[in-house]
Amino acid sequence: MSKEAKVVTKELVAGRPKLLVPQTAGFVYCPGCQEPLTARVIAEVLEEMGMGGQSIGVFDIGCNSFLLGMLDIDAVLTPHGRPPDMATAIKRVHPDNIVFTVQGDGGLLSIGADPLMGVLTRAEKITIIMQNNAIYGTTGGQMAPTSLVGQKTTTTPKGRDINIAGFPAHAAEMIASFKGVTYSARGAFNTPANYQRTKRYVKTAFQKQMNKVGLSFVEVLCACPPNWHLSPQDCLKWIKEKMIPEFPLGEFKNVNRIE
Amino acid sequence: MGERIFIEGNVAIGWGAAMAGCEAFFGYPITPQNEITEWFAHEFPKMGRIFIQSQSELGSINMVYGAAAAGVRAMTSTSSPGWSLMQETMSDMANAELPGVIVNVQRGGPGGGPIRHAQQDYFQCTRGGGHGDYRNIVLAPASTQECCELVQLAFYLADKYRNPVVVMSDAIVGRLRETVEVKKIEFGRVPDKEWAVKGKANHKDGKRRLVEHAGDLFARYPSYQSLLQRLEQKIKQMQESELRYEEYRVEDAKLILVAYGYTARVAKEAVNMARAEGIRAGLVRLITAWPFPYQLIREKAYQGLGFLVVEDCLGQVVEDVRCAVEGHTEVHLVNILDRHISTDGGMILPDRVFDKIKEINE
Repeated sequence: MSKEAKVVTKELVAGRPKLLVPQTAGFVYCPGCQEPLTARVIAEVLEEMGMGGQSIGVFDIGCNSFLLGMLDIDAVLTPHGRPPDMATAIKRVHPDNIVFTVQGDGGLLSIGADPLMGVLTRAEKITIIMQNNAIYGTTGGQMAPTSLVGQKTTTTPKGRDINIAGFPAHAAEMIASFKGVTYSARGAFNTPANYQRTKRYVKTAFQKQMNKVGLSFVEVLCACPPNWHLSPQDCLKWIKEKMIPEFPLGEFKNVNRIE
Repeated sequence: MGERIFIEGNVAIGWGAAMAGCEAFFGYPITPQNEITEWFAHEFPKMGRIFIQSQSELGSINMVYGAAAAGVRAMTSTSSPGWSLMQETMSDMANAELPGVIVNVQRGGPGGGPIRHAQQDYFQCTRGGGHGDYRNIVLAPASTQECCELVQLAFYLADKYRNPVVVMSDAIVGRLRETVEVKKIEFGRVPDKEWAVKGKANHKDGKRRLVEHAGDLFARYPSYQSLLQRLEQKIKQMQESELRYEEYRVEDAKLILVAYGYTARVAKEAVNMARAEGIRAGLVRLITAWPFPYQLIREKAYQGLGFLVVEDCLGQVVEDVRCAVEGHTEVHLVNILDRHISTDGGMILPDRVFDKIKEINE
């Protein structure tokens, strides 16, 4: 079977969301990277909700910025760490649109901690999607706030030392603790079942936003093979054996009203 | 005729923005601009417009970026330390070609400095301020009336050039109470914001919009060079078309004072004092701090006229004047060290400037 025929077969089986732009000029993501799956999930969900034409994506600097080229929706690229600020303003201007951000762990929890605190305390009616790959991907594998204890990165060559660099940050649990949040969940893409679960989380998060109650958040564990120095398959094993025990999957908050 | 009210410069900024059709204001508390943020907090919700107290100046400017990307007129105001924090995103706005108005009510520095008046941000305002190649038009009001008018002009110019525009005030202009005629100024049409994001289905052509600050990465421009060419073209056009200054008694002057903001009011008073004693002094008051009137000053310098810069900092405008005169004439300076008292409440007063004029005249 030729390579092309194989691709057609896959698409025939899995379908292709219309909002997912074919990457004709070449695929920018590394082999085995799971970030493009975030784009696919968003495309599938928006299509199912019929909201593709009424949504605005706000993308951070970093690997996730390339996702904005993959989704056929209105989009904004922001300075590093600032998507919640942009999303705040855009949502206030266009309150009937679905406004969501796509950010990395460093972009949200480290440099983006200031806008994150802002939207959490103001209870902005936006959705934040955070891709957690436990590392800074674009810049070549430095330690992130989510790096595991003992994890080797280019800035923790001997492994993350708790005495120097502290402990991994747990976004979904922390965000769930804020009053202005309606929904907070953590998913992963390491198995088809987890993919489907994550998709449900994203759909719920968007639905919560449309209900205009408060902020909704989904964290997604994503593999980063080149910076983890693992094969794509070993990455899936690493997610299961190392990441999920540290970052448990599931819903941490799910309310329909805030009083 | 608009309504005449007795207000301070900071409040006049608010009325001007409302007249200009500003739809969104984002601000963070910092002295001496709090009256601006508070004015918007009081008035904008009543007008059905957007007011958000941001979590930081970084938040303010990035919300301006977001609101501008969404297609509405948006602004923020701050004072010097907050102004420094905003520079990265202003650079991004210049690249993304987003309009926006940023008011800087200058206070003393460097660092935290005193919270009272100073004019130490001229370099940072007029040279772009952030990283990379770009310029902002910088408007410098010297009266409460002008605060109301220049903020309206700022919105027009921001939309015209799709570029941030700065209103560079100072704590004295900001807190000065004067009678203001609040009226809407018509500047003419600006291009439609068909590039703004509002959801793909809401565009006439049904095609997605992308607002980004990378330039060539997402094919807004075919190459990095073409982005830079566009920015250069914009800078040249602003220099050619947007230079504004006020000439006061310069026709027969032998000594020309150069100043902006509150020190321009002081310099004007000193010119009157000099004229009363038969000394032929005049004033060029900068209304745009950038673009700068290099040509005008060069011509006057070649005619052999002297220059005296009056500014409430160690000396920043004076460097542009020296650049313009190309060594043809002497450039004198009355600066922040010439304040009447040495505390942060000290001001450059007309007497001191007049003394300097007499000293030069001898």
